[in-house]
Amino acid sequence: METQTLIYIVVGATFALYVGIAIWARAGSTGEFYAAGRGVHPVTNGMATAADWMSAASFISMAGLIAFTGYGNSSFLMGWTGGYVLLAMLLAPYLRKFGKYTVPEFIGDRFYSQTARLVAVVCLIIISVTYVIGQMTGVGVTFARFLQVDTSTGLFIGSAVVFVYAVLGGMKGITYTQVAQYVVLITAYTIPAIFISLNLTGNPVPPLGLFSEHTASGQPLLQRLDEVIVGLGFAQYTTLNTSMFNMVLFTLALMIGTAGLPHVIIRFFTVPKVADARWSAGWALVFIAILYFTAPSVGAMARLNIVDTIQIGEVGSPEGNLAYENRPDWFQTWETTGLLRFEDKNNDGRIQYYNDGNAAFAAQAQEWGWAGNELTVNPDILVLANPEIANLPGWVIALVAAGGLAAALSTAAGLLLAISSAISHDVLKSAVMPTISEKGELMAARISMAGAIVLATWLGLNPPGFAAQTVALAFGLAASSIFPVLMMGIFSKRINNLGAIAGMLTGILSTCLYIFTYLGWFFIPGTNMIANTPENWLFGIAPASFGVVGAILNFAVAYGVSRATAAPPKEIQDLVESVRIPRGAGGAVAH
Amino acid sequence: MRDRRNNVGTERRFLGVAVGETPSHEVGAVMMSQNDRDQSYWKANLSLVRNCLIVWAVIAFGFSIVFRPLLSGISIGGTDLGFWFAQQGSIIVFLALIFYYAWRMNKLDRDFGVEE
Repeated sequence: METQTLIYIVVGATFALYVGIAIWARAGSTGEFYAAGRGVHPVTNGMATAADWMSAASFISMAGLIAFTGYGNSSFLMGWTGGYVLLAMLLAPYLRKFGKYTVPEFIGDRFYSQTARLVAVVCLIIISVTYVIGQMTGVGVTFARFLQVDTSTGLFIGSAVVFVYAVLGGMKGITYTQVAQYVVLITAYTIPAIFISLNLTGNPVPPLGLFSEHTASGQPLLQRLDEVIVGLGFAQYTTLNTSMFNMVLFTLALMIGTAGLPHVIIRFFTVPKVADARWSAGWALVFIAILYFTAPSVGAMARLNIVDTIQIGEVGSPEGNLAYENRPDWFQTWETTGLLRFEDKNNDGRIQYYNDGNAAFAAQAQEWGWAGNELTVNPDILVLANPEIANLPGWVIALVAAGGLAAALSTAAGLLLAISSAISHDVLKSAVMPTISEKGELMAARISMAGAIVLATWLGLNPPGFAAQTVALAFGLAASSIFPVLMMGIFSKRINNLGAIAGMLTGILSTCLYIFTYLGWFFIPGTNMIANTPENWLFGIAPASFGVVGAILNFAVAYGVSRATAAPPKEIQDLVESVRIPRGAGGAVAH
Repeated sequence: MRDRRNNVGTERRFLGVAVGETPSHEVGAVMMSQNDRDQSYWKANLSLVRNCLIVWAVIAFGFSIVFRPLLSGISIGGTDLGFWFAQQGSIIVFLALIFYYAWRMNKLDRDFGVEE
């Protein structure tokens, strides 16, 4: 059967499955809509959290970013897993004990201030919308490949699907649908990796394959990769090619951001007990780790495969490069989407892929008659194209398309839920229209979902980076605003309403300002005030790493302002005490 | 509005239990109040969190990034130990830390009689 037909069948079947589950578990009351009635087992919750968490950024984009940068992008691996340690120890059990539906609700109650709650809602919306832009980028890439259209068209189709999908069910639908999505996405991710690892190293376990021998050359795989790409003027794969300072900051920003992401935190409101919230974080990381152990292998192996496909003979010899007319099928397929481009600069009908930014190598290449790098590969296509590059059977390619969609859809839905619950529950119900009916609240939740999708789609047409990079910005924003106040709210009895408000505002505004300065106001292209290059960065801090600075400012300002003003009232201090002790959380269970 | 449990029962379970980093102590004999017990529970939690986070930071930022040059002598499949930690080892440590913490805390909950 033709690959394209297989893709339709597999994607169609998985969609039918998700929709089926969503209808079966359709949300009735608002309690079910937001927190699935708090009746979710830790392992189930862990799996759903994993699907919710692993988005287009993890599935589609991350391995590509590692592939084209190497060791330096290990930050994504450590940052997006290490954050769970913070979440499990610093936030999840206490927030579960508190027992409310949303993150702003905790902030509003703990800091006894409606203003604090509204500021938290604004932070949440900024974070989630930025995050959804990253998802839309991934959805656009997947639909572009899947339907063989350009990325903008892919994006429009994708957002329509996300809309129907997210509006249909609530959290309960989403929790069980996400378990199904997890199974689809993890299978889709690991199967091609196993095949490729077997091909290249003879080892069927990709994480082991990464450190094994490359069968064709007899060298260790990573050493082989280093040699091959250095031979084309690229930097070594296994060394750090950017600043160590930035790598530390970026890793930390992703970690703190993970623990400050509202759509992840609310997952821990859905488990029955405080003890379960602790286990749940561990289970979530187990399911996440399966993909994260595989991703660096996928990255390294795909990079080697791409170079070996293009550079078929000795570097510099006229026959050493693949003739364009002999290009493989996957090359043509991806050319249609505009995400893979070839430009025959020296008109020799062959593809030269090398680093023309390396002056010494470029000079050497000129002697061979090369007139510049002719191949542009968008890193976001790497995972989706991976099985095609490795000549795997059609059903594997189809499965990966379905997996990419599962990853993007599940996260987009989780984020939209966080946005809509913040607007309907935290703004409308608590501040603007306290008398609103449950039905009205659900309607408002759905309308705000629609609004968020339209905004994210519009901004997603010109995203500020590749899917994982855009998502990394959302993490910086979460790190600077939500994480510090939640942590202080639990670990300090002294932080008061004014301190929290001032802290959140300082964190989110400083980080937004820094990001917008380099990436454009509200990510609108061309509106940046300073070019986004390492020489221009303040103290060499990349915009995506700035969340750490924002978080430090947040902590400092909150502490200073709280010290200078009155301590929180007695009942708030008692509330903090009670959040620290699991006993009595049962009372908050609403069923 | 605290749910005061049967003190006798919780007291017995509290006896002679190693608490976080503090040596096991026979607090039962002193008849601690619920409030004092909550305080020492929280202290035990804090010291456990602190120790776990020290390991977390040393592995993630130390072994994987900053101290990687110092570990470059230990080679693993075509590269060095720091690279392995950055791409795989750190994740294994994170998993171990979370499960260790959950296990210890859930035990502390019972020992202090503060579980649900």
